[in-house]
Amino acid sequence: MTSGSLSVDALLDKMGTELKALLEQRHIDNPLIVGIRTGGVWIAERLQQQLGFEDPIGILDISFYRDDFTQKGLHPSVQPSQLPGDTEGRHIVLIDDVLMSGRTVRAALNELFDYGRPASVTLVTLLDLQRRELPIQADIVGGTLAIGPNQVVKLSGPEPLELNIRQRT
Amino acid sequence: MFEPQDPNRIQLNSKGQLRHFLTTEGLSRELLTEILDTADSFIDMGAKQIKKVPLLRGRTVVNLFFEASTRTLSTFELAAKRLSADVLNLNISTSSTSKGETLKDTLMTLEAMHSDMFVVRHADSGAAHFIASRVTPDVAVINAGDGRHAHPTQAMLDMLTIRRHKGDFAPLKVAIVGDILHSRVARSQIHALRTLGASEVRVIGPKTLLPRHIEAMGVKVFTDMRSGLQDVDVIMMLRLQKERMNSALLPSESEFYRLYGMTTEKLAYARPDAVVMHPGPINRGVEIESAIADGPRSLILDQVTNGIAVRMAVMSMAMSGQTVERQHPHEQAQ
Repeated sequence: MTSGSLSVDALLDKMGTELKALLEQRHIDNPLIVGIRTGGVWIAERLQQQLGFEDPIGILDISFYRDDFTQKGLHPSVQPSQLPGDTEGRHIVLIDDVLMSGRTVRAALNELFDYGRPASVTLVTLLDLQRRELPIQADIVGGTLAIGPNQVVKLSGPEPLELNIRQRT
Repeated sequence: MFEPQDPNRIQLNSKGQLRHFLTTEGLSRELLTEILDTADSFIDMGAKQIKKVPLLRGRTVVNLFFEASTRTLSTFELAAKRLSADVLNLNISTSSTSKGETLKDTLMTLEAMHSDMFVVRHADSGAAHFIASRVTPDVAVINAGDGRHAHPTQAMLDMLTIRRHKGDFAPLKVAIVGDILHSRVARSQIHALRTLGASEVRVIGPKTLLPRHIEAMGVKVFTDMRSGLQDVDVIMMLRLQKERMNSALLPSESEFYRLYGMTTEKLAYARPDAVVMHPGPINRGVEIESAIADGPRSLILDQVTNGIAVRMAVMSMAMSGQTVERQHPHEQAQ
C-alpha cells in the first residue's frame, strides 16, 4: 500500500450492518457503545447514529492504563474517561479505529473492568493491521490492511472521517 | 548552608518535562496547566468501582517526613496508593545540629532499598532541592514543604480548587491573608497565581508578619482587611505558624483574630460570591470563625479532596519525566 487517504463511509456502512446482525444473533438489544479516544470515539458516534441507539456513548482514555508508560511516559493531554451510568452487567461494544498490536485493547479492557464487571464485550475496529502481539481479535472489522514497517495509518476527523497512510518520518 | 539556585535546571528534564517537583517558581503556565488538567482526570476517577490506576505499579514511593504532618502525609500516601505504588512512610525527627549528616546517611540508606521517588517534608528551606541534587538520577523528588521556602503541591491543589469553582484565572482578584512571613504556602501560591494569570494577587496581614520587599513578587500589600478584601473573588487564609515564631511578632491571638480573623463581618467586604480557602489545619477562633469554615462558601474540604488528585498528577508526571530522561536522554520530543 502506498501513501494516500481512504474514505471510511463505505467501511462504516458495512460495519453497521454486520454489528446489527451480530448483536441480534447474541440477543443484545441495549448495548453500551464505548469508543477509545480519539479515533474510536468518532467511529462510535457514527455507528451509534447508524444503529439508532439513544443512550450517550461512553469514552475511554486509556493513557493511565498503557503498558508503555515506563518507555514513553505520560501523554501530556490525558482527558478523563466518561462512562454514562453503570457498566456492571452491561453488554459493551468497544470501538477503536485501528487494531494493530492489541495493546490498546488490552489497556481498555483493564480500564473497563475497573468500572465494574460487564456482561460481555464485543470488539469493533475500523481497520485491522494484522500485526498482533497479544491474543486479541475483533468481532467486527471494517477492513484489513497490510502496511510496510515504515508506514503509519492515522484516522483524521471527525468531519470528514479519513484514513491517511503515510511514511514514518 | 545549601543555597538553592535556578530550580528548573534540576526539576525539568531535557525535554522540559517535570522530573522533580520542588517549587512552582519559574515553571511555565503550560506546565502548571498540564498539572491541573492531569489532576482533573484523576478527580473523575472517582466514578470507578476500583479507584486505582496502574501508572506507578511496581514503583516504591518513600514519604520522607522530617517534620510532623497529617493531611499532607496521608494525602500523599493515598495518592501513591491510587497510582498502585508501594509506599513507605518515614517520620524522621531531626535535631537541628545534625541535619546535614543525617540527611546524607538517610538518603544513601533509602537509595540502597531501590526507591523510585522521595516525597520530602523538612523544616529547612532548600531541603528538597538539596536532596534532588544528590539522589541518583532516576529517583524523583517531590517537595512536600521545605521551611519557609515552598509547598508546591499545596499551591497547586489550591489552584485546582480555584479553577474548579471559578473557571478562568484571568478575571480573578485573590487575597492571601495572615502569616505571610513564615508561609511557604503563600510563596508557592503567589508564584502559581501570577503564572496562571490571576488579575490581581494581594497579601493582607500585620506588618510584623509580612516579609520585607514582598511587593517584588508582584503582589499588592494591605495591612487592613476592609480595604484588602474589597472586590476580592478568592480569599486564601493561612495558618499562624506558631512553631516558627521565635520572637514576639503578635500581641496576642485574640488581637490577631479581631483584626485578621475571617469572620462573617469581614467576609462581607469581599465580593458576594467570594470563596474562602485554608490549607489546614485550621485554628478556629484564631484565623477563621467556625461559621465560615463550615459554611457554604468554604472550600476547605474540597481542597483536601483535590489534594489527592494533584499529588497523583505530580507524582505520575515526575515519574514519567524521569523515565523518559533515562530511556531517551538526547532524543527530541515525538
